[in-house]
Amino acid sequence: MLAKRLIPCLDIRDGQTVKGVNFVNIINVGDPVELGKLYAQQGADELVFLDITATHEGRKTFVELVKRIAQNLDIPFTVGGGISELKDAEALLSAGADKISINSSAVRNPQLIDDMARNFGSQFVVVAIDAREANDYWTVTVNGGRIPTEKELFSWAKEAEDRGAGEILFTSMNHDGTKNGFANQDLAKLSEILTIPLIASGGAGTMEHFADVFTLGKADAGLAASIFHFHEIAIPDLKHYLRGKGICVR
Amino acid sequence: MKIVIIKYNAGNIRSVDFALQRLGISASITADPDEIRSADRIIFPGVGEASTTMSYLKEHKLDVLICDLKQPVLGICLGLQLMCTHSEEGDVDCLGIFPEKVKKFVLPINEKSKFKIPHMGWNSLSGLRTPLFNRISEEDYFYFVHSFYATTGADTAATCDYLVPFSASLQRDNYYATQFHPEKSGKVGALILENFINLKI
Repeated sequence: MLAKRLIPCLDIRDGQTVKGVNFVNIINVGDPVELGKLYAQQGADELVFLDITATHEGRKTFVELVKRIAQNLDIPFTVGGGISELKDAEALLSAGADKISINSSAVRNPQLIDDMARNFGSQFVVVAIDAREANDYWTVTVNGGRIPTEKELFSWAKEAEDRGAGEILFTSMNHDGTKNGFANQDLAKLSEILTIPLIASGGAGTMEHFADVFTLGKADAGLAASIFHFHEIAIPDLKHYLRGKGICVR
Repeated sequence: MKIVIIKYNAGNIRSVDFALQRLGISASITADPDEIRSADRIIFPGVGEASTTMSYLKEHKLDVLICDLKQPVLGICLGLQLMCTHSEEGDVDCLGIFPEKVKKFVLPINEKSKFKIPHMGWNSLSGLRTPLFNRISEEDYFYFVHSFYATTGADTAATCDYLVPFSASLQRDNYYATQFHPEKSGKVGALILENFINLKI
């Protein structure tokens, strides 16, 4: 049976791991390669490395880092952050990335999804969507949730799928950093309209939240950062717990 | 021992090289026919589209070369699919090493929310045979990412079940292949690569 995936997400700035709590108060939690290897040994099913560096020098550092990650890691990994052109994706692919995730750049230029999928295959293209809910309406946001857009979550996710995305990574900005659980009701709705896998993000605080996101939220994968980085939940314990709940994990 | 990874217009070739390096094995990545013919082990990896890749192989005469090899060959992912007779991806005739056909996963309407395409993530196998699976059990999970699958038959060396039972591994004579990615499948994936390198011939 296909296992539900647990995905630690590592934010990278200038080659170092950071995690923002609601995207502010950034605290350093270590070397990305060492942290990635540790997670792989502990049973993480996949990793996401998000580059939050803004500078050109930082971008070059990130491509070098991706190569080191590919050499050291024996599980798949996605890289994202600042990818706005085919050549960015190409550099990351040749450095050894298994997938790339695009977010704001896809909102600004949806054709980018088609181009990426056609050039590198759908399996390489994760479309990340940050959305915020108010009055039962989910507005897609860009720039780390700071800027609202004209797009609505469900129609945008479906459009991304139709354009060739291989996976959707949905972060609820209402839940992100709260540790009160995932946006399960809307995740389930999203999962049902999509034919491609759905990664849930935002709100993980307890082991029960992961059980809920797979059962109630119908997500194919659950992503989290701080609870893993700060050892609040150990991956082997989490898998043991999920198995006990009858959820298929590796 | 000389190990060669066939270089062609497909992604993922480097990941296989990195996985071998982690095992302390060095391989050369090449499209040179003499290099390939003189190797002890040949790996034919790949992520890409079947029909464009087949055209590329034909254009570079790699199709005939791959079919004539006598030493152990390991096809991975698209490599496995190209070693079958035909693929629905681009409706193309393939190398025909294995008698299986490659088909597209189709979602049944009533199970839309249960299954997704591509088949992406970690899945377990059954009916393991061949030395490729030495020290590996049906409890182990392997990383898959694909939207097309090879049917099952006499050459099936491991079966995976997703929407339909399909060939997770195939073997005939000196040809071995996996639909999953051993280079991305953690410790058990590394074992597969090690088993392939250590095949007794």
